[in-house]
Order: sequence, then structure tokens, then C-alpha cells
Amino acid sequence: MRLTHLSLRDFRSYVEVELPLDAGVTALVGPNGQGKTNLVEAVGYLATLGSHRVAQDAPLVRLGSERAVVRANVVRDDRALLVEIEITPGKANRARVNRAPVPRAREVIGILRTVLFAPEDLALVKGDPTERRRFLDDLLVLRTPRLAGVRADYDRVLRQRNALLKSAGAGIRAGKGDLRTLEVWDSHLATTGAELLAARLDLVEVIRPLVDKAYDAVADSGGPVALDYKCSLGEDVPLVPDRDVLSAALLSEISNLRRNELERGISLVGPHRDDLLLKLGPLPAKGYASHGESWSFALALRLAAYDLLRSDTDEGGEPVLILDDVFAELDVGRRERLAGMVARAEQVLVTAAVAADVPEELAGARVDVMAGEVRRVR
Amino acid sequence: MYEGVVQDLIDELGQLPGVGPKSAQRIAFHLLAADPVDVRRLITALTEVKEKVRFCRTCGNVAEEDQCRICRDTRRDLSVICVVEESKDVVAIEKTREFRGRYHVLGGAISPIEGIGPDDLRVKELMTRLADGSITELILATDPNLEGEATATYLARLVKPMGLRVTRLASGLPVGGDLEYADEVTLGRAFEGRRLLDV
Ligand SMILES: Nc1ncnc2c1ncn2[C@@H]1O[C@H](COP(=O)(O)OP(=O)(O)OP(=O)(O)O)[C@@H](O)[C@H]1O
Ligand SMILES: [Mg+2]
Ligand SMILES: [Zn+2]
Repeated sequence: MRLTHLSLRDFRSYVEVELPLDAGVTALVGPNGQGKTNLVEAVGYLATLGSHRVAQDAPLVRLGSERAVVRANVVRDDRALLVEIEITPGKANRARVNRAPVPRAREVIGILRTVLFAPEDLALVKGDPTERRRFLDDLLVLRTPRLAGVRADYDRVLRQRNALLKSAGAGIRAGKGDLRTLEVWDSHLATTGAELLAARLDLVEVIRPLVDKAYDAVADSGGPVALDYKCSLGEDVPLVPDRDVLSAALLSEISNLRRNELERGISLVGPHRDDLLLKLGPLPAKGYASHGESWSFALALRLAAYDLLRSDTDEGGEPVLILDDVFAELDVGRRERLAGMVARAEQVLVTAAVAADVPEELAGARVDVMAGEVRRVR
Repeated sequence: MYEGVVQDLIDELGQLPGVGPKSAQRIAFHLLAADPVDVRRLITALTEVKEKVRFCRTCGNVAEEDQCRICRDTRRDLSVICVVEESKDVVAIEKTREFRGRYHVLGGAISPIEGIGPDDLRVKELMTRLADGSITELILATDPNLEGEATATYLARLVKPMGLRVTRLASGLPVGGDLEYADEVTLGRAFEGRRLLDV
């Protein structure tokens, strides 16, 4: 699939902008702070209803405006669709498809599919486990929308259970505990947790070879890379993606940890405590990998996601690949290899502050971005 | 901010569920401009609802007498109890005309975040009703959300030793809508909860 046109109104630094786009590579080039990332952020927002930079919507709306509008023409399987989102912070988004309002903005998710790599993704390698869990879960939901419900339920179960652990723990210390309802939350944590965990384990199996392939393609040295799902259930539990087995294992670990959990007032086992261990050769990437290696690893994770989504049938073809500021941090060899890889994609948007950073192979369209204006120069 | 009593009224209205500051202001100014007779009628209704309406001593439903209309109705099936969270759920189920047993209104659902546990709900009263063995089926019709599910699980476990038939309402697709318009989460869940079609 691809975008043929993007228009923004009061989005970030843009008062109004119209950007026609072609298939293949488009490089957005301009000095720092001119609005390159703002453009690709808008594209990502249209695909996911979320920004890769901020959790809240307020920063997306141009200072002094009440609402922002992101609109794009999308071509999927030779069918043209006009998708439009109106963002008003503090209120529900409003969406239209082919000018007809949809009942819930959420319904536009997935019409446009993107995979976005941005400097923030370095946190996938260097940051907290939260970042890697989110990477897995976002990808899960993209492929299996039903899991959005499981993920939301799991978060809610955790909050309820932690609230109860805090009050029950305090009660028990005061000599009047009530554990009856805790068992109910134990079982809900085990069932929803097992479902999420099983889906993650499946996913890790599927992307492992893809990440390896992508890292190899970009880096040609330093590997091989390895992905290990590190589960809070401990080493002894065989990690098979079977919900019943996992649910039973979670329940039994929960009962082992009862006293500890009551003392600390938090849930100590479950997919919210897991991590995806990334290794480069024999060493963990976090704490050992060089900056360029970490960058390449994070990029490999995104490229693997791209590869995976591309191979999902019936989803309107390849997602749009977005590479924000990716080249500046790579050496010449890696730049060229990456360029060779992505040059064949259906549509790629790349940004760069310096035109010379964009490898020669990516001789597609070029758009100069300057002070909130865009100008097609090639 | 408005002066004294006007602002007091806006603040009070703003406490009501579903009424935001803007609506509270609109209602307040509507009342200010309204015919005093109409306003007095509203005041009477509010006072009476607080004075006259009580909760049924058997099921906890709203009632104007000691027992609610349903519990007093001798034609109803005395062997089945349908457990719901709120009185408004009773109204909703009654509209279906599908259920001929009696109800038990819990007064909410278990939610540790809000500090609501079984002791804050009418669970003890339910156990008392079940004690004499005349009830053979318990239908758990708490809301199809996490707290409703947890409450249902809790009750199912609690009554297990009694050997009753315990059932839970199927949740899934909203009827009246087309399958194609159901959102993917609901539709996905309906698939998960599909049942064997016995023909
Ligand atoms: N809500 C907003 N209202 C107005 N201006 C904004 C808003 N949000 C961001 N900006 C401005 O947009 C500019 C940043 O744009 P953007 O992140 O797209 O830059 P960039 O071209 O990607 O730069 P770099 O090369 O440094 O990554 C900043 O100058 C910022 O002040
Ligand atoms: Mg940028
Ligand atoms: Zn009653």
C-alpha cells in the first residue's frame, strides 16, 4: 500500500501543508527543527492513532490551535481511500473514511499500515524492559486486533490486583486479612496473562529469524543476534505457547509468591515483568553493544516487523516504511546496505538533516522541508 | 464563576453522572429561566424519590414497599435467581420478558481500586437466600467487563459447595447490529466464546 497525498492542518509546526507522494523512496531533507519528523509522525498517527514521540495528543496540535487534522489518500490493492483524523486534545478523535464519518475513530487503525523507525527506538535496545514489551505487544495487536482487548484487560487486572494486594497486605499485617477475593484476581491474572504470554512466545519464534536476517543484512558483522524471551516464571518452566500450561504455571508461581506479594503490595509474576533479551554474539546488547551496533539492532527489530507485516496476506500489501534520521548514525557500509534493502520497498519515507547522508541508491523523490513549508525538488 | 447560589447549583448538578461542567451550566440556566411550577414538580419528584423509595428487603431492587413488585409476584419461578449489579439491570432484563425467576441486586461489582469488596455488596444477603435449598439455579448476569467477570467468578466459587446450577450470560455481539459493524475486539471475543450448536 502507499500514500499518494498527505495534508495537515494545525498539526505540530504546520499551519497547513499539502504533500503529494509517489511510490518508492521519498527523502524529506532539511535542517534541524524544520518539521521533517512532524510529517512522518503524522503519517504514523494516521496508521495507529498514536504518536511515536508523545503519549498525549496535546503536543500534536499547533500551539494556539484547538484541533489538528491529518488527512491522507491511501492506495490499497489499487483501491483509493481518503482517511481523515481530527485530533482535539481531551476529546475523542473524529475520523472519516471517504468523507463519511466512522462511529469510532479506532476503526481507521490498520487502513494505513506503517512501520516507523525513529531515533527514539534506540530505547528498544538500551532502555527498560517496558520498551521491548511494548514493541512485542504493539506488533501483536497489529496482527491480531482481538489482543488489544486482552492487553487492556491484563492491565486492568493488574491494577485491580495490586490495589487489593496493598489493602489486603495492610489488613493482614493489622491482623484482619481477607484473601477470598484475591484468589479471583489470581485466576484472572493467570488466564489473561497466559493468553498474552502465549501470543508473545509465538511472536518471538516468528520474528527471531527475521531479526537475524535484518541485522545481517544491515551489519554484516558483530552478529549473530539472538532474542531470548525472559519470563518472570523462571527458568524451570518450559516456555511453550500453550495457554493452559502457562495459566497453570502462573497460578502456581502466584501461590509461591503469596507472602512476598502481600508484603510488597505488587504483582510479582506475569507478562508485565517479562523482558526480551537481546544479544549480540555472546554478549547482551544492553550495556555492551556500541552505539552504532545498538542502532543497527533497533533498526533490525523494526525491519523484522516490516518483513512480518509485509508477509501477512490480505492486508492491502506492504506497509509504508518510515525511516526517521536513520542514516546519520550509521557508517557508510551500513548506510549502503540498508539503502539496498529498502530501495525495493513499495513506499519508503526517509528523513535526513543533511542531504549527503542519504545514500545514492535511494535516488527517489526529494522534498525540502524548511520552516513548516515543503517543496518538491526532485 | 457565578455568584453564590447559581454556582452552588452548577456545582451540585456537576456531581451527577454524565454531567460535565458545560452541561451543568446549561441545566442551571435552563432551571433559572423555567416556569416555577415546573421546577416545583422537579423538586417534589426529587424529594419523594428519596422519601418513598426503599430497597426491597429480599432482593435489593428499588421498591416502594417493603418488597419490590417482582418479589411480591407469586407467579414468578421461585427456584431461579438472577444476580445483577444494579436495579437498572433488572429493568433491562425485565424488558426481554425472557426471565421468570427473581433477582438479586448486588449494588455494584468487586473493584479493589474503588475499595469495593464483597462485604460492600449484598453478598451475605444472597447467601442467606440460598441457604434453605429451594433455589436450584443461579444466573450470574453481572456486567460483561472485568469487574463483572471477577464478581461472577467470586460468587461461583462461593456457592460451589451448594451444588446449584450456576450459569453466566453469554457476552458477545450486540444484537440489532450487523456483524460487519461489530468492532474487531468484540467480534474477536465472540469467536473465542463461541458455543457448540446442538441440533
Ligand atoms: N504543537 C506544536 N506547535 C508548534 N510548533 C511545534 C509543535 N510541536 C513541535 N513544534 C515545533 O516543530 C519543530 C520540530 O519539528 P521536527 O521534530 O519535525 O523537526 P525535524 O525537522 O525533524 O528536526 P531534526 O532534524 O532536528 O530531527 C520544533 O521547532 C518544534 O518547536
Ligand atoms: Mg527529526
Ligand atoms: Zn425484590
